[in-house]
Amino acid sequence: MTEFNQKLDASGLNCPLPILKARKQLNSLETGEVLYVVATDSGSVKDFDAFCKQTGHNLLDSSEADGKYHYYIKKA
Amino acid sequence: MSEKKLAIIATKGTLDWAYPPFILASTAAALGYETQIFFTFYGLQLLKKNMNLAVSPLGNPGMPMPMAMDKWFPVIGTAIPGMQAIMTSMMKAKMKKKGVASVEDLRSLCVEAEVKLVACQMTVDLFDMSSDEFIDGIDYAGAATFFEFAGESDINLFV
Repeated sequence: MTEFNQKLDASGLNCPLPILKARKQLNSLETGEVLYVVATDSGSVKDFDAFCKQTGHNLLDSSEADGKYHYYIKKA
Repeated sequence: MSEKKLAIIATKGTLDWAYPPFILASTAAALGYETQIFFTFYGLQLLKKNMNLAVSPLGNPGMPMPMAMDKWFPVIGTAIPGMQAIMTSMMKAKMKKKGVASVEDLRSLCVEAEVKLVACQMTVDLFDMSSDEFIDGIDYAGAATFFEFAGESDINLFV
């Protein structure tokens, strides 16, 4: 289990809401802090990867378990 | 990250076609793009305070219909009075169930993310619309203003 500073539950939300909410919450974090996101949108796997590549945030971990997707994003 | 720019022209005023401009603009803003949407013709409906958008199955063979109605009553079925209202409420219910944001929410997210919304003055005048009908904080301008931004944009989309 990766450590994190804040958690975002984006379960039940569809594109582009998980990304938009994650972006918003990342704004309230300090550089180096980690946001843990839980989502149920299967499209979010590629989207969080693309989001992090384009914004420079570090996607520490991306995994799937029991129909839920888990992301750990370290703020750049 | 150097700031990229996205320019979108929104020309459609139906519930389904309201989504692409607002989804792309809000997402682009989240990715750090400076974003502008230019609303013209029916796209102006997307700037109304009270949007009241509808989706029509009429003349849209690609639209999935309940109970295979499109197969049993092609065209005629979609022209039945009240069908548009029924399909609109069904579409809204389905979107809500699937966790798709409402157009109103997506527009608010765009405004919050400082996406610049520009109404085409020529079509506002053409349709005798008034700025009272539109949300606050939008600009009114013409094609030359669009090109000022579009000319230096990385992506330009026509919806």
